[in-house]
Amino acid sequence: MKEKKVIALLGNPNAGKSSLFNQLTGLRQKIGNFPGVTVDKKIGFCRLDAKTDIEILDLPGTYSIYPNSLDEQVVLEVLANPQHPEYPDVAVVVADASNLKRNMLLFEQVSDLGIPTILALNMLDVAEEMGISINSGKLSKILGVPVVELNARQGIGIDGLKYTILNQLESKKTHVNPPILDEKSEVIASEVRKKYNISNKYLAMQYAAQSPKMMFLGDDAQKDLQALVEKYNFNADAFQSAETIDRYHDISGTLTQVIHETGEQKETISEKIDKILLHRIWGYAIFLSILFLIFQSVFSLAEYPMDLIDGSVAGLNDWLKSVLPDSVLVSLLTDGLIAGVGGVVIFIPQIAFLFAFISILEESGYMARVVVLMDKLIRRFGMSGKSVVPLISSMACAVPAIMSARTIGSWKDRLITIMVTPLMSCSARLPIYTILIALVVPDTKVLGIFNLQGIALMGLYLLGFFSALVAGWIMKLILQSKERSYFIMELPTYKMPRWKQVGFMILEKVKTFVFEAGKVIVAISILLWVLASYGPGSEMEQAEKQVIAANPTQTQEELASKIASVRLESSYAGHFGKFIEPAIAPLGYDWKIGIALITSFAAREVFVGTVSTIYSIGADPEDESTIKERLRNEVNANTGQKTFSIATSFSLLIFYVFAMMCMSTIATVYRETKGWKWPLIQLGYMSVLAYVAALVVYQVLK
Amino acid sequence: MVKFPEKTVADLNIGEKGIINTFKDPAMSLKLLEMGCLPGTEVTLDFIAPLGCPVGIRVAGYHLSLRKREAATIVLKPNQA
Repeated sequence: MKEKKVIALLGNPNAGKSSLFNQLTGLRQKIGNFPGVTVDKKIGFCRLDAKTDIEILDLPGTYSIYPNSLDEQVVLEVLANPQHPEYPDVAVVVADASNLKRNMLLFEQVSDLGIPTILALNMLDVAEEMGISINSGKLSKILGVPVVELNARQGIGIDGLKYTILNQLESKKTHVNPPILDEKSEVIASEVRKKYNISNKYLAMQYAAQSPKMMFLGDDAQKDLQALVEKYNFNADAFQSAETIDRYHDISGTLTQVIHETGEQKETISEKIDKILLHRIWGYAIFLSILFLIFQSVFSLAEYPMDLIDGSVAGLNDWLKSVLPDSVLVSLLTDGLIAGVGGVVIFIPQIAFLFAFISILEESGYMARVVVLMDKLIRRFGMSGKSVVPLISSMACAVPAIMSARTIGSWKDRLITIMVTPLMSCSARLPIYTILIALVVPDTKVLGIFNLQGIALMGLYLLGFFSALVAGWIMKLILQSKERSYFIMELPTYKMPRWKQVGFMILEKVKTFVFEAGKVIVAISILLWVLASYGPGSEMEQAEKQVIAANPTQTQEELASKIASVRLESSYAGHFGKFIEPAIAPLGYDWKIGIALITSFAAREVFVGTVSTIYSIGADPEDESTIKERLRNEVNANTGQKTFSIATSFSLLIFYVFAMMCMSTIATVYRETKGWKWPLIQLGYMSVLAYVAALVVYQVLK
Repeated sequence: MVKFPEKTVADLNIGEKGIINTFKDPAMSLKLLEMGCLPGTEVTLDFIAPLGCPVGIRVAGYHLSLRKREAATIVLKPNQA
């Protein structure tokens, strides 16, 4: 027996399923994995009454139980397998009341699988605006299952739904209306039922029609079922087609009895908005302006909280050093730990802004229009309009972005999207961009309003975007596939973003960044402090003595910075950096940057933390200026010039635009493509691209 | 008998209506049927994306976007004279 009863939420995309999920579970949610597949499993908990706690499973949105993408396949995996640990005791099908006919298809299929079902009519207010009224009492009587009226956005009807779930757990009502089967199908169905001990006829037909998509069956059963299909020459497509037409016919018959439509179809607000947002000129102009606005605000608005954090971290370190005795532990705390953590915390404002914008675009329904606007453009580059969502999301983080590519049905389109997505500049690159741009691009206004640094930032993002297109175009030429791709996609009506949802998403993403990335960054910061503070044998002490001996006339203070710098040079970290210096010198990097390159191989955001740790160790301990100032004053020991010259900084910027420096992304690509082939190819081509591009930039600007 | 080319959704002008008759591509028809594009249903061409593709149609009370190539697989009933 399962500990808790499982209630599955099902529904078409945009029917309001996630609103309902949030209303039912509040913050009691967690994200896990379905065994065997990589699709996120969203579950939450809800208390129905004093003695009944249930688990709510939020399944991916789908139009039917015949999946067209990996995401949708999960629905079939769960619903067609009564042994599945998440097999629902009750299914709640959330339906958009303004478009009930199409939403009923999924309801009928789920119910026919023998799962006790509740039909939840959502968005009745939208239906009402369109002049549609529904007699839900009568509908419930015809269907034989409970029908609940909801407004999931406003949380109206939630208590009624809870009460109905409680009743359904007892009475287990289903609406059985299986498709009419021809003789051949009847024979197959009965054979499948006998062989697999299935009582439900419709489920048996699913075994026959969709076994290649049911991974839970295992290889042997899948082969057996395929043999059965061939034996009877069963045409699964014809079955599905006939079933769909049958069901729609039945649904129409039901709905004419319960739906009352008044008046002519008026042009809705969404249609009016689309006239502008999908306009052949304004459409693109508005999209570009929105992108521009995002970069401007990410850069300029986030600057205030960031300066505040930067100043506070430096202030905290100053204060700690002044009150605590000078010791190894204090140095570890201030130069190692706090400097490292400061390098993480400072980017929270920018990440929050970026995710806020992405989530608003998705919430409002505009993202679907972007998909439409971009499809034809992007198709030339081996992808589909649906690739725009992963590409835009990866400006925040490539990991969820690559996972969101699952909605792309065609394997080739999806693979190309996965392969080029990490070229889009993610939020982890933002720290590096911010610091280096601040060093070499003047903070001036262009044309009175545009911030030059913001424009430089946008340029880097565009560079990433265009290189993703070029890489896609090349892959399109290499990869051959006969597979067809679909685009057919619903355009949801425009909605006001739910601000709570936006806030929730920002919180979740920032939390993930701070804890996931932060863990790595702090660990590496501490390791780095050790490597930079200690050296092989007594090399560091000897180097220090040499400096003192060579400069007998200088004061203590003048000596301090020289000593700090030679100590770092003879430390373990210094040795590492020196070791790779010959390879990176043509790119304009010295051994200190070399250390940062090595450490940021695990995650690129480590770069800034490393740089701040290295330079705070190498610098005069009395001079606790902010990261930016410290870098600006840094001098390359080999050339005698500023380390972060224009050539070096741009070379570094370009390097980080292209370099695949993120363990999590590599791991995600491995999971999503089920093997090492693609992640290794990706790592290879991006590394070569990064090195060559940085080399060219440095040699040209030098 | 002279055979006229069949009119498809891809041939509609913006704002023009048509009634779905059949589908040219059985595999694609599965997805279209699922989305409520059934024979006998009225479709209206809503918009053509700025570069000529995809197109948007209004069907069964909502908006659907599809590529021109896909729209060309939906055959319409011949206009009554």
